[in-house]
Amino acid sequence: MTALPAHTEKKLGLVIDLDTCVGCHACAVNCKEWNTGGDLAPLSDTDPYGADVSGTWLNRIHSFEVTDGDDARLVHFPKSCLHCDDAPCVTVCPTGASLKRTEDGIVLVDEDRCMGCGLCAWACPYGAREMDPVAGVMKKCTLCVDRIYSEDLPEEDRIPACVRTCPSSARHFGDLADPESEVSLLVAARDGYDLMPEQGTRPVNKYLPPRKRTALPTPARTKDDGPPLTGFWKWLDGALEKLP
Amino acid sequence: MKPAFSVICFTVLSGTGYGLVVWLALGALFQPDLAVARLGYPIAFVMISAGLLSSTLHLKSPSRARFALSQWRTSWLSREGVAALATYLPLLAVFWGLFVDGRHWHIAALLAAGGSMVTVFCTGMIYQTTRAVRAWATPMTSTVYLLAAITGGGAFCLALQVIVGTPVPMPVSLAIAVALVGLMATKHFWWRNLAAPSASTVATATGLGKPGDVSLFERPHVTENWLTEEMGFRVARNHAARLRRISQALLTLPLAALLVSLALGTTGIPVPSALATVLFLLGAFLERWLFFAEARHTVGLYYGSSHA
Repeated sequence: MTALPAHTEKKLGLVIDLDTCVGCHACAVNCKEWNTGGDLAPLSDTDPYGADVSGTWLNRIHSFEVTDGDDARLVHFPKSCLHCDDAPCVTVCPTGASLKRTEDGIVLVDEDRCMGCGLCAWACPYGAREMDPVAGVMKKCTLCVDRIYSEDLPEEDRIPACVRTCPSSARHFGDLADPESEVSLLVAARDGYDLMPEQGTRPVNKYLPPRKRTALPTPARTKDDGPPLTGFWKWLDGALEKLP
Repeated sequence: MKPAFSVICFTVLSGTGYGLVVWLALGALFQPDLAVARLGYPIAFVMISAGLLSSTLHLKSPSRARFALSQWRTSWLSREGVAALATYLPLLAVFWGLFVDGRHWHIAALLAAGGSMVTVFCTGMIYQTTRAVRAWATPMTSTVYLLAAITGGGAFCLALQVIVGTPVPMPVSLAIAVALVGLMATKHFWWRNLAAPSASTVATATGLGKPGDVSLFERPHVTENWLTEEMGFRVARNHAARLRRISQALLTLPLAALLVSLALGTTGIPVPSALATVLFLLGAFLERWLFFAEARHTVGLYYGSSHA
């Protein structure tokens, strides 16, 4: 059903730390690896070894330059489905393929009902859904629903593939409806925020802002700095200067 | 947004067909002559059906369209499908009345007209409720869809009356003129609204600072992907002003000339009246193409667009 649940028991989602993300794209790669081999149709690539390579991804890493006065920094920005409380992608679906689960708030696509009209991707302001041109159905992050509830996987693997693989612990998974959960405490401690709150989607996933940068020490030595050269070093400096 | 040819064909052809159904229903009430209706309804039927069939061409898994009527409680696309199919019932009853049993088809004609307007309204609402595309998210969107259908259908009806040789009553010409003025006025304000700034910026999309402080350094991939091709269509924007003027001219001038010449009592103009209708339809295609091509989606903010 495409009616949104008034209340979900849990709000499973991700907290993404933009301070520690190093932009390695490992989360996207592991996401693709896991989700191309699951129960759902594989995530296809078109022209994978050609010049016009394209593919379906559930997670992509954008990099932004953020300036603050004279300072500029590079912020790597992973983006996947935010599993919104007020998910516009769900209500627009004409076939009932798009759904938000009452028990844990995960937004999913029932691929056996998806007719590939693409309207849900238009409705999503974040670009979290991508049409798979080969399977002809809409693809999106499932929060690795086939991992987190798995009884076969070892305990430590029962988290989304992107979280499991992140080498800098920039991704956290948990229940954001529980104020005492680790992710909720993290969001409270680090002023986690929503993307595009003005769109009224009430995303579950939160982003942690980059920490304020500590002032860099002045460079130890610039070109003209330092004591004058003496002895051997003075001779070497002059000799090198004379070389063509 | 990518202007999918199948969707443009659908909205223009079906829209005009539905508009024609409205005018034919009015004709059924006020004109006892059945010649226009007997010509008009089959034309409307073909246009509506061709448009609806065309709309299924952009589906990637069309066989699952059988589920598309199920979510009418929340989905305007589903409502559109329900309304479109429901409208076929009175429409077929009209055919029965016109060609088999000549009684009581007026009520069916009115029901078909009502269903037609509901269907076109649902089409407009699909776009109007897409908040991520700010240009669409205005009540002017469904208004333009309705007025374009009514004006286009009116132009067709007018041409049919001239071709068949039925006198065109003054109120009909006047009503079409009013619809045309309404369409162009709404479209004018719609275009003006297109230029207004969006609440969503690169700053709100990333939460990383004030507008102007944040800019894309690197896309996720060097090549295009489905999102940038579907939502980042840029071709029209380079020539937008010129294309707008062409569509405005095509929509207004031929139809206005036809209405004026009818008001002056000119007779024997079947060819020019058909031509005026065709030119209006061309203008409607161009207007609909721009409706998609000019609109920006917020996802562009993650791919280097300076505004949404």
